[in-house]
Amino acid sequence: MNTTKPEAPMLETRDLSRAFGHGDHMVRAVDRVSFSMQTGEIVAVVGESGSGKSTLARLLLRLLDPTGGQILLHGQDVTTLHHRGELKTYWQKVQGAFQDSFAAFNQFYTVRRSLEKALNVLDVSLSKSDRTQRIETSLREVGLDPADILDKWPHQLSGGQLQRVMIARALVVGPELLIADEPTSMLDASLRVTVLNLLLDLRKSHNMSILFITHDLGQANYLSDRILVMYRGELVEQGPVEQVLADPQHEYTQRLLADVPRLRGKSGVPA
Amino acid sequence: MIVKNVKAYYVSGSGPDVKAVDNVSLSILEGEIFGIVGESGCGKSTLASVMSLTAGRTLKVKDGEIILNGQSLPLTDRSRVPKEWHGTMVALLPQRAMNSLNPTARVRDLVIDVMHAHHPEIRPADAVERARERLEQLGLPVRVLESYPHQLSGGMRQRVIAVISTLLNPHVLIADEPTSALDVSSQRQLIVLLQQLLEHQFISRIVYITHDLPMLSNFADRIAVMYAGKIAEIGPTVEIVGRPKHPYTQALIGSTLDLDPRLRGSQVKGIPGAPPDLRYPPGGCRFHPRCPHVMNICSIEEPPAIGTEERFAACWWVKDQVDKLSVEGAAS
Repeated sequence: MNTTKPEAPMLETRDLSRAFGHGDHMVRAVDRVSFSMQTGEIVAVVGESGSGKSTLARLLLRLLDPTGGQILLHGQDVTTLHHRGELKTYWQKVQGAFQDSFAAFNQFYTVRRSLEKALNVLDVSLSKSDRTQRIETSLREVGLDPADILDKWPHQLSGGQLQRVMIARALVVGPELLIADEPTSMLDASLRVTVLNLLLDLRKSHNMSILFITHDLGQANYLSDRILVMYRGELVEQGPVEQVLADPQHEYTQRLLADVPRLRGKSGVPA
Repeated sequence: MIVKNVKAYYVSGSGPDVKAVDNVSLSILEGEIFGIVGESGCGKSTLASVMSLTAGRTLKVKDGEIILNGQSLPLTDRSRVPKEWHGTMVALLPQRAMNSLNPTARVRDLVIDVMHAHHPEIRPADAVERARERLEQLGLPVRVLESYPHQLSGGMRQRVIAVISTLLNPHVLIADEPTSALDVSSQRQLIVLLQQLLEHQFISRIVYITHDLPMLSNFADRIAVMYAGKIAEIGPTVEIVGRPKHPYTQALIGSTLDLDPRLRGSQVKGIPGAPPDLRYPPGGCRFHPRCPHVMNICSIEEPPAIGTEERFAACWWVKDQVDKLSVEGAAS
């Protein structure tokens, strides 16, 4: 991109807004949200249900048009992109993973077909062997054996496996930024940790940036560098994790932290 | 309340039964909140449906008995469950309770239905009056009686249902993941309400079923950890959380993420593998394929319960540790 400025952050939003409905019934799901993210950063967006977290994810993935404000990727305004061709270029850099992995896959497609479809956002058409190689590499990266999984249908996989396939689907195009919208909230505690560790590994190996959306402050604490707190569509607080959790400034953040259940009587952090 | 030897299998037309609950026995004391924790598919909700006498048709209860308030009830034949047991002996508080209710009926209509089912002679106005009193005692707004379900928030709906399902002062309330769809603040409010119900002695005991161990550890008196249809470990909450014995409990606590700043930058480990298919549960201990301390005997023979009825772990490795200690103790 010619317009890339060296000093521009990887991702930036300026007064990003999305309203639904009109007049008295208008809901400002995302209300003038401004933040930025650097390459390789993991930023958590936390808030209760209905705070606008998922709408923010959909806006950033350009699956939903904003009603105000801008999204800038490396300093370039991407809110003006509309044609599928233009958006394809954007999706090569920004990919998503979602909460309900059973709903995110076409149940009549095998894993192989779903992942091949994901490659369609690339400009070049790859040879058959290149495609297969990319798919197999990304499956291995998420800890799955391609031979074992490629010809399976979604219903034959467990929730944890499907969640990994979804992350692999994002990885096949080699994105710079992964928007992960509650990717672990349908998983059990023991599996949740392995998916979070996978995200940490991806940051380490690819210097990938991750916007991690969650309602669980414990996961945000474990995973992220910075936290954004959303409340009724507004970004009410942001800062480094240790600062926000130890010394919350906004009244809502304080209340949220007070209500998070702690494991009582735990003796220490097991290795 | 004593629950004895519950075996509940899902019967499928072809293929083997799903052994969702296999030989589970529990005793729940008066005035206590008893927690059952486990991951998806461990059989905890099946156990809840058996205990609350609401098991569906596909679930075959092969064996089991409930003894409550001096009365005994065999669980194997659902047609023999006396009507009084529902609501007056046992009540159920499920997840998203009000979503399954008639959206065109007001809360007061539900109250009238519930009271009428047990006291056909009661006047509707009296039924509503009883609910009004109860709401006042618990510090909830009485205006909810005039509301339709959609006019209440998710958290308020669960609290209202908790009050209505305990109007008949049941001896036990089975709460099956009642807060799973709620945010943390509404979760806490529902827990406070349940504690109030116990304090006012509207109910005598609560069985609280959840996958959320940190939350449970804040209010349960005792906890049973379930894995693959069996009780892996049982004990007082501080024991389970602070001194877990069973490798599964240890792994579960090890993979818990809370707000501890020491977690940041540390490498927390999950449990490798996945829970077994309960049509073909592994032989011996059902956790052995994922267990870090697995021994030869674990895959052959079912582990014994080590400890007392009140505090045990069903595990060969735990037995090994205890045996070693007693040998050392004898030697010194």
